[in-house]
Amino acid sequence: MSSYGKNYDVIVVGAGHAGCEAALASARMGCSTLLLTMGLDTVAQMSCNPAIGGLGKGHLVHEIDALGGEMGLNIDATGIQFRRLNMKKGPAVRAARAQADRMAYSARMKQVVEAELLLDLKQGVVIDLLTEGGRVAGVRTREGLDFNARAVVLTTGTFMRGLIHIGLHNYSGGRAGEPASEGLSDALRGYGFIVGRLKTGTPARLAARSIDYSRLERQPGDESTKPFSFLTERIDRQQVDCYIAHTNERTHQIIRDNLDKSALFAGVIEGIGPRYCPSIEDKVVRFPEKNSHQTFIEPEGRNSAEMYPSGMSTSLPPEVQLQYFRSMVGLEQVEIMRPGYAIEYDFVEPTQLKPTLETRALPGLYHAGQINGTSGYEEAAAQGLLAGINAALGCREQEQLVIGRDQGYIGVMVDDLVTQPTLEPYRMFTSRSEYRLLLREDNADQRLTELGRMIGLVSERRWQTYQQKREQIAAGRHLLQENMITPANKELIESLRLGELRNGVSLEALLRRPEISIDRLLDICTELQKFSAQALEQLEVSIKYEGYIKRQMEQVARFREYEEIAIPEGIDFFQLQSLSTEVREKLASVRPATLGQAGRIQGVTPAALAVLHIHLRKLQRG
Amino acid sequence: MNASDTIIAPATAVGEGGIAVVRISGPQSLQALQSYFQPTAEKEKLTSHRLYHGLLNDQYGQHLDEVLAVYMAAPNTYTRDDVVEIHCHGSQQVVKAILTLYLEYGLRLAEPGEFTYRAFINGRLDLSQAEAVAQLIHSKSESSRQLALAQVEGQLSRKIFDISKKLFDIQVLVEAWIDFPEEELPVEDVHRIQDTLNRFIDKIQIITDSYNSGRLLSEGASILLVGRPNVGKSSLLNCLLGEERAIVTDIPGTTRDLLEEGLTIGGVPVRLVDTAGLRQSSDPVEMEGVRRAKEKIMSADLVLLLVDGSALVNEQDRYAYEACQGEAVFLIRTKADLDQVADTSFAVFPEYAISTKTGYGLNQLRLAIADYLLGDYLPNSESVLISEKRHHDSLIACRHNLDNFLTALKAEQPLEFLAFEIREALYHLGQISGQTTTDDILTGIFSQFCIGK
Repeated sequence: MSSYGKNYDVIVVGAGHAGCEAALASARMGCSTLLLTMGLDTVAQMSCNPAIGGLGKGHLVHEIDALGGEMGLNIDATGIQFRRLNMKKGPAVRAARAQADRMAYSARMKQVVEAELLLDLKQGVVIDLLTEGGRVAGVRTREGLDFNARAVVLTTGTFMRGLIHIGLHNYSGGRAGEPASEGLSDALRGYGFIVGRLKTGTPARLAARSIDYSRLERQPGDESTKPFSFLTERIDRQQVDCYIAHTNERTHQIIRDNLDKSALFAGVIEGIGPRYCPSIEDKVVRFPEKNSHQTFIEPEGRNSAEMYPSGMSTSLPPEVQLQYFRSMVGLEQVEIMRPGYAIEYDFVEPTQLKPTLETRALPGLYHAGQINGTSGYEEAAAQGLLAGINAALGCREQEQLVIGRDQGYIGVMVDDLVTQPTLEPYRMFTSRSEYRLLLREDNADQRLTELGRMIGLVSERRWQTYQQKREQIAAGRHLLQENMITPANKELIESLRLGELRNGVSLEALLRRPEISIDRLLDICTELQKFSAQALEQLEVSIKYEGYIKRQMEQVARFREYEEIAIPEGIDFFQLQSLSTEVREKLASVRPATLGQAGRIQGVTPAALAVLHIHLRKLQRG
Repeated sequence: MNASDTIIAPATAVGEGGIAVVRISGPQSLQALQSYFQPTAEKEKLTSHRLYHGLLNDQYGQHLDEVLAVYMAAPNTYTRDDVVEIHCHGSQQVVKAILTLYLEYGLRLAEPGEFTYRAFINGRLDLSQAEAVAQLIHSKSESSRQLALAQVEGQLSRKIFDISKKLFDIQVLVEAWIDFPEEELPVEDVHRIQDTLNRFIDKIQIITDSYNSGRLLSEGASILLVGRPNVGKSSLLNCLLGEERAIVTDIPGTTRDLLEEGLTIGGVPVRLVDTAGLRQSSDPVEMEGVRRAKEKIMSADLVLLLVDGSALVNEQDRYAYEACQGEAVFLIRTKADLDQVADTSFAVFPEYAISTKTGYGLNQLRLAIADYLLGDYLPNSESVLISEKRHHDSLIACRHNLDNFLTALKAEQPLEFLAFEIREALYHLGQISGQTTTDDILTGIFSQFCIGK
């Protein structure tokens, strides 16, 4: 083995959505960083659907952006259709979603990575870690090179022992057309990690010109687009359309007739797939009463010849895939350009992580993305960002960053990952958050940008934008409180349909009425017109829903009490004689960082928690 | 469970024994005591761990009770926080008045076992003791705790569980609508959700309403005997008791003080309270008795207003009648064995004629009292009764969330707020059925302890 010579602070393995954020964060925080990937041409590749955002996911992207990450800027620059979902369902569950130009998304991210001064992007296949004194010390590549570093972030995606299934055929691969990474997961097992196996899948890609769009329902983007990043002022780009198609009884019959050729149903696959993203054969079998399933046909890019049919992932053979697609209205002449497939891969059980995403077994080693059993670009990127931040903080010998469940979806996700055993690929939903009303897209910057600034990831421009918005919100609130509508203002009362007004009423009080939006107050209080749309939205939400927000904050206060009782790292859970063996084993394997976290571990009974609490008190007293 | 505010609860079982102890723990303890306690010996400062005699007054300066009070400064106390104990008369009314006074003052009613919980948290119990307690808790696993709950409270936990499950189904539906906007979810008829919820609100209401019966069954009802002197209150008391307790003489005003006696009427534990005869008087001893009687009328579950059927209605009767206006009252015509001359047509209360000499009308009166106290509640195996204030409060809170839910649904408020209300509704139910949510975990286990222990 030969050493590369140059010593890095941080090495990031894998240049997907997690790896790019990790490497950028580390380099931007002043650490010399190496980003190693198996293929330089597949940086930030969208392996599955060409879209960013959605419920919970859009929230994650806003948080990544607020902390100084790249994903929001990247999709703003390369999105080709923007929509906001759930606009009528409440302020905290509104979510941004965008179709990306897949090639452009990847190309732009690669440029950003390449332009980062302290960041080296190199091709190489990591087969083992280097360790020194019980800490990680670098990585070893298949090409025979050793790279030294003080911290390593593993973001292996679906590549570790990846196995692709198409029908009853299977072959080793990390993604269609790309080799798997062999050896690394065995090496991790050697370091004592519990390694498991998961499964995911992707649908076929259809030839755009072979689809009869006149027979499909068109789904356009929103007329006015709202960017993901707090730094993007507006997106003036021609948007493209998506289309909606439906399966029918004939489609389902074809699938049922061929189930014996599906890797999933023939029992070839050992990994567990996600319940929320079932394959089309799963849907047909599990919901026999449904005689049609809808699929969104999404363009893979502005000039791409490929279309992505969402919700149609499969492990059926290519000829069956073609047959069932052609049974659908509008797809009678369709051509498949790439067949859909299922893939199994190794992941490392994330309960072996601290809430900083550092592994407990090998200090300095961090895991992010699908290696932690998650699915989704946004989930990966959010973890990548946190892992990169903590790897860099570790190199600087500064305190590690932990984000709470009440601070962000990133916190909810990481807390879930480190306390709950992984039963299926983990995906974010807004219902995973107990404090959803506080964790909105619109206030992600107000929640996290100061944290990002402290860490050193927030640029001067972002900081100015953030502060300006803050000031506008405060000033706006003042204006709304000061401006009154009096009964004499008959015209105004008429136009706002306020009915009988006996006393004067402030604009703030008016805004609390469900039917009055802030837009309608702009003409009355013209000073508000100079405020940004972002500031106005947040102002409106914080006033209109103040009562609910207050109630939620009271819930958070109750939650915080246990969250702030820390469990020392070295604690020996086996000493707690009065706990059952099962509970002791659970605590010892998850090693919760706080009493609150211990309480969220399944099987840890309230009685066990009481014993633990008392034990902590005693330790504290010495 | 917040461990830093100041809590209050009775430390002794209510309705048993002549003395009751109310315990307060937390940083505001001393301040709370000093606000309403007036020591007999004027002292500038209360010394820790010393018992003081004095009066407890309410916020308007009215005497609540004559008490003994002790302030114990941290850390040598049961909870290791500042603790105050107030030893008052063992009447439920007095204890309730003191609790009400301090809840209004800003103290919080302790959760079951919360004093012990604080003792744990503050490390007063050492590890071996704590572990022993934990073992005990441990041996009473969740399932046996559920069993105990079912035994103690009939089918309450099962009913709550059923309701929780249905609410949970609605929550799941709402959350699905929120999190999967692009899926083709079944479009649930809003009216069906409304109907379902209304049904459960009714069920919750029935359980909530049972609190009064449940409380009466477990704590007992207080029945007050009121009437002019020598109308036969003590005789009725003795008749119902079946033994001589009150001092009965022919001299009006012999029964000087309130006499309390416990008995069972139609399965309901009842405390019969005999008052000093209610009349305008200048005798200071009697005046005090009259004052107390008037207060008692306000707080009794039922008042028996006695009028001598064999005598003309006089000023004293009118006076007693006026004092009873607006309360739950039965008018009792006594001495039915004699010629009836009293004209009670002015009274609007249900009327019963009795004779303590012959026993005439007594059974009918007993039945009427039981009927009145139990209301619509018919004891059978399917009924659920709640007797704990904590359960009652949780149900009220849950009900409140469901009302909010329906209001929001009608006003077409965003789904997110429907989800918010139903989550909180489930949280409140969870405090009864002992589900483990993020917050009620420790509260849950300690609920198998009695309040204030």
